[in-house]
Amino acid sequence: MGAPGEGVVDVHSPVAEKVVELATARKDILRIATAGSVDDGKSTLIGRLLYDSKAVFEDQYEAVARASKGDFVDLALLTDGLRAEREQGITIDVAYRYFSTPRRTFILADTPGHVQYTRNMVTGASTADLAIVLVDARKGLLEQSRRHAFLASLLRVPHLVVAVNKMDLVDWSEEVFERISDEFGAFAAKLNVPDLTVVPISALHGDNVVSHSPNTPWYEGPTLLHHLEHVHVASDRNLTDARFPVQYVIRPQSDAFHDYRGYAGTVGSGVLRTGDEVQVLPSGLTTTIAGIDGPRGPVDEAFAPMSVTVRLADDLDVSRGDLICRPDNAPQVTQDLDALVCWMADEPLRPRQRLAVKHTTRSVRAVVKDVTYRLDVNTLHREPEAGELGLNDIGRVRLRTTQPLFVDDYLRNRVTGRFILVDEATNATVGAGMLTPAG
Amino acid sequence: MTSPDYRLTQLETLEAESIHVIREVAAELERPVLLFSGGKDSIVMLELARKAFAPARIPFPVMHVDTGLNFPEVLEFRDKRVAELGVELVVASVPDAIAAGTVKEEPNGSRNRIQTPVLLDAVEEHGFTALFGGARRDEDKARAKERLFSFRDEFGQWDPKNQRPELWDLYNGRIHLGESIRVFPLSNWTELDIWQYIARERIAIPPLYLAQEREVVERQGMLYAVNQFIRPRDGEPVFRETVRYRTVGDANLTAAVRSQAVTVEEVIAEIAVTRMTERGATRGDDKVSDAAMEDRKKEGYF
Repeated sequence: MGAPGEGVVDVHSPVAEKVVELATARKDILRIATAGSVDDGKSTLIGRLLYDSKAVFEDQYEAVARASKGDFVDLALLTDGLRAEREQGITIDVAYRYFSTPRRTFILADTPGHVQYTRNMVTGASTADLAIVLVDARKGLLEQSRRHAFLASLLRVPHLVVAVNKMDLVDWSEEVFERISDEFGAFAAKLNVPDLTVVPISALHGDNVVSHSPNTPWYEGPTLLHHLEHVHVASDRNLTDARFPVQYVIRPQSDAFHDYRGYAGTVGSGVLRTGDEVQVLPSGLTTTIAGIDGPRGPVDEAFAPMSVTVRLADDLDVSRGDLICRPDNAPQVTQDLDALVCWMADEPLRPRQRLAVKHTTRSVRAVVKDVTYRLDVNTLHREPEAGELGLNDIGRVRLRTTQPLFVDDYLRNRVTGRFILVDEATNATVGAGMLTPAG
Repeated sequence: MTSPDYRLTQLETLEAESIHVIREVAAELERPVLLFSGGKDSIVMLELARKAFAPARIPFPVMHVDTGLNFPEVLEFRDKRVAELGVELVVASVPDAIAAGTVKEEPNGSRNRIQTPVLLDAVEEHGFTALFGGARRDEDKARAKERLFSFRDEFGQWDPKNQRPELWDLYNGRIHLGESIRVFPLSNWTELDIWQYIARERIAIPPLYLAQEREVVERQGMLYAVNQFIRPRDGEPVFRETVRYRTVGDANLTAAVRSQAVTVEEVIAEIAVTRMTERGATRGDDKVSDAAMEDRKKEGYF
């Protein structure tokens, strides 16, 4: 249909009209991160989701069918993008996939499972609403599975799904599934996982991915796709604490907008309304919101993650890196950061090291005061004697910044509770930090 | 835009993310430039840039890498849009570079590859430190791996195995002299999103994107409209077909598809029911190998 050599699509046929209605329906976005060990079948699962939700186009499918070596079409080939990945049969970097169903549209960050690429898992999970951890039913929970679940919980991904894959290779055994489920449940209890779902699947054959499988009559839960379509994410956001980091000052200085002065930014959390009394940090001065301009003109209110421009009633000195909040609900203003840091550089993180910090729209420098402990991500045991963090280590770190930051605990606010660390010599992003309460 | 349940739709979410990225670049990088070809993706990107700074002007210039093989309708559109917005237009000319001997014409007639050195020279000449591109991750397997902020070394090269981790929306735009960042604000948009946004925001597009009866020739199963760059070969049948373009690349290589879609809404309907990716369907130059895009990107291509 629509291909040059073929007939033209009749967009007015009843079937086409239905397709169009579904494709263009008002939907929201669910951001997903997937993780699994090598050979867990993650790429196959993603290929399956893309193929069964019709996100794969004919020419892509034909290319994959041609490249497949076995008896069946290797859907994993749909997702391996780089030459080295195809050659080595591995996934090197985060790849983003897009598919949609009549209910939702999905952005899926496909993250590699090997230990050395943990930083990519953190990249993928940082923006996710939901994480899928793949487990091979024959192998059960591996160190990798625990690590992935831990990273997802560390980054406060609100929903976690464990897909127990290759159920066909354990004869669809309910007992095997229950054992893995229980084992994972026990581990998850030690983490802060608000919502956990475990699904028995075969990515290769499609069981319980889109439709219920006749092979698992004992399983009464949702299929994977059904869960992705219906998982409730509205309450995941913080609509309580108004936080508006100023990103850019808009001053047209034109005849038509001679006196216009607007503070552009993305609402981090909470709701801002015209007429609200607000406080600007670090000055601490208060004023009211005179107006809010959205992409299509003035709006009465703005909430996360809207990108808007806020106009204030008084002429205050406000610049990039400042933060607008409510006077009775301000973040903590501090130069001392206590955070869990995921370290992503070859050179270890050590006390007295100097780094650049980017927090909301504010960039400062910091010195490492202390590496309080390193976490063993398998046992969640704290190792205070470590003294440093190596590549892919996670640990608690104390930093002192050159200028104050306006922070909340990551647990309460994913926007004002996070920061990145940058090496000022190489300019590389070397760490991800999540603020924790001091003490 | 406001809804009682404080939820954004997919288009509003994507729009907010893109505007955030564009503002972040303008705030953090010294000399950005927006790559504007007059194609639908760069049109949407330019519109998002306008919204990001309204009512002020877009605070950076736009650049067109002119292969000299443009559809005239697209050039006309480019100039009109740039004038409306009052932004500076920088043209990096491939024909000029060929004339100066800095690049050589390739035997297959494609100027896709030789655009890269022309682009890189212009970047160096103007001292641009950030380049906005309208690429989307759903276009290609190599693009699917690209960050929103994609670091390039002093040769403009992409190192896919050594990309900066990109966490949350905290983008790292730090560079040394001579290095640059390619920024892709439309990374998370799909083709359908782009068209729906064009419809919703009533964004003007060149007429080539809508179906019209044209004289065409058929080559390797693809339909090419006869124009100043595509002349019928000896004995090649020329026939009339109602066609539109899904992408507008070079006029000598971009094929059209049969279509009856004369409105943006009808284009959306066609796309929703069509099962061919746009590049596969119409770009002769991407079919070379499975890794064609990866190779070109490593050399500094978009």
